[in-house]
Amino acid sequence: MDIATILSILDATIRLSTPLLLACLAGLYSERAGIFDIGLEGKMLAAAFAAGAVAAVTGSAWMGLLAGMAVSLGTALLQGVAAITLKGNQLIAGVAINMLAAGMTTFLGQTWFGQGGRTPPLNEGGRFSVITLPFASELSGVPIIGPIYADLISGHYLLVYIGFIMVAVTAYVLYRTRFGLRLRAVGENPKAVDTAGISVVALRYQAVIITGLLCGLAGAYFSIAQGSGFGNNMTAGKGYIALAALIFAKWKPVPAMFTCLLFGFLDALQIRLQSARLGGIEIPVQAIQALPYVLTVILLAGFIGKAVGPKAGGVPYTKER
Amino acid sequence: MSARRPIPRWADIALLPAINLILAFLVSGLVVLLVGENPFHAIQVIIYGAFGYGDGFGYTLYYATNFIFTGLAVAVAAHAGLFNIGGDGQAYVAGLGAIVVALALDQTHWLLAMPLAIIAAGAVGGFWAFIPGYLQAKRGSHVVITTIMFNFIAAALMVYMVNRVLKPATTMAPESATIAVPGRVPQLRQFFSFFGYSPVNLSIVIAIAALIGVYFLVWRTKFGYAMRVLGANPTASRYAGISNSKMIMITMTISGALAGMVAINEVMGVQNRLVLDFVAGAGFVGIAVALMGRNHPIGILLASLLFGALYQGGQELQFVIPGITREMIVVIQALVILFTGAMEGLFRPTLERAFMLYTPEHKTEAVAVSTAKTES
Repeated sequence: MDIATILSILDATIRLSTPLLLACLAGLYSERAGIFDIGLEGKMLAAAFAAGAVAAVTGSAWMGLLAGMAVSLGTALLQGVAAITLKGNQLIAGVAINMLAAGMTTFLGQTWFGQGGRTPPLNEGGRFSVITLPFASELSGVPIIGPIYADLISGHYLLVYIGFIMVAVTAYVLYRTRFGLRLRAVGENPKAVDTAGISVVALRYQAVIITGLLCGLAGAYFSIAQGSGFGNNMTAGKGYIALAALIFAKWKPVPAMFTCLLFGFLDALQIRLQSARLGGIEIPVQAIQALPYVLTVILLAGFIGKAVGPKAGGVPYTKER
Repeated sequence: MSARRPIPRWADIALLPAINLILAFLVSGLVVLLVGENPFHAIQVIIYGAFGYGDGFGYTLYYATNFIFTGLAVAVAAHAGLFNIGGDGQAYVAGLGAIVVALALDQTHWLLAMPLAIIAAGAVGGFWAFIPGYLQAKRGSHVVITTIMFNFIAAALMVYMVNRVLKPATTMAPESATIAVPGRVPQLRQFFSFFGYSPVNLSIVIAIAALIGVYFLVWRTKFGYAMRVLGANPTASRYAGISNSKMIMITMTISGALAGMVAINEVMGVQNRLVLDFVAGAGFVGIAVALMGRNHPIGILLASLLFGALYQGGQELQFVIPGITREMIVVIQALVILFTGAMEGLFRPTLERAFMLYTPEHKTEAVAVSTAKTES
């Protein structure tokens, strides 16, 4: 494998990791606040559809992004009402959200655009274009650093950079702010937070809102950055991989980034290679596809390290009377 | 208003699900209105498509067969306090067990092949649920997350198995060899011409047997009692001398085996070969069915018929009203799950209050005391 091939695989890794990363960070806020979120997939799918549809109608990528975030936020709040206010089963709420998004996007897509659930292809303005960082072309001649800077770091969509910036932001918010401390506390011991006079309900809603907004970014990335328009079931289970990554990263922002890069790399690899050989034994491409899930199961089982989620996760908080 | 009294049993098992179902239909109806179609016409089409003629009714029963199996799978796990979200994957890999037995014995007779295929499919499906059960029981990993992961692992595994192992060299399509006629599960239309060309087959008898079997297992055996104790209070069951980890593993295996029966219906009764994605989301419908049916076999039977009718009627719908695609059914299904499973808190408190208002105070006291006595 030459340097150009390696660079192109790594470049694809970054592109494929971004939606995982955004969704993973989205899930992090919810789950750290004590709300299990298996509805990441549904929120992303709804956002991808809304972004694709609005961008196609208005011709503006920014309007699309806004619509995607709004729809994802609305979906997150619906899930929040079920999980927080009505004290319903969070897991079932997540399943319902995923199914609702899968049904609604295809149904509305077909009814509104009549193209088998797809939204019309986007023209130039309806889609985000790649950003070339300063001095990319000037530096590309420099050996090693040049191609890495010009091909790998420069030339991605805005949402890619937002995704990676969000890692730092999340780490700061979570560990260096009052809100972050309270967020972590409410996921571990909501009663203590309540006793301290802080509203558990308000905190959890704030977390769910952030989750909704970030899922909106992740979803929009599919239809108006990476792709040009929405396609049926466009997120294709990426929300579940993001969930796996979140667990794999033990609910921490920086490890989440590395896990998403790893899972993105596996994805890039399986697209590139139809099958790989390792010491004479053929590794089927399906094995690489299944690897993120297998790794997560192994980690969850505690065979390599141990993933223990927030203690109060999944339990609705009931104030004592 | 001080103490909250539980609503009467009939309201809990019939009224509440009915209200939630009506709400789900109302919201879906609004969506239909929103896209400029007539929801009442849509309901008419669905009802006619599902029950109005032999073929349609046959298809309704065929879908219901799958949903009974997956609904029971979710319900059995739920009684032990486990949420098995992996019915899809368990049913999918069970196809391997079914097809191997079916292809090996397809020259003999279905009366020999079918029972062995049931065992094989049940074993494979059960195994696929046993692993998450084991990991939950012994390693403490959450069964919901592991079963989700196992759905995806199953999908990857099956693509490999169908394309690389089961596909005969002569066929292009990703599917196994076809089961010869003697090994196929007989169609009901062979006995009743009423069913036209619909694929409803004798697997429905297995489904009914499974309903009865689950009833006896859960409510009439020591094992079922232990299961329900575990579901109600794991600490109490441990103190009662029940091995929680053993119960979790066995319950998950039974749950997976039930989901695996979908493979008998699809592989041996309908497709006559193993195709990709033959489960088609039936595992997730099972969640709606179990929630709707309150984890009870009678409820599951009714809910399966309802969803069977919706799936068949939904097919019909997109032919008659081109503005509405069958994904509308997925929306209804999602809303049912949302309202009955996650948003129960929407109506239950109101109902509780309503029942307290309309019942004289001393009478509710008496009812509360008597139910407390019978339950203890």
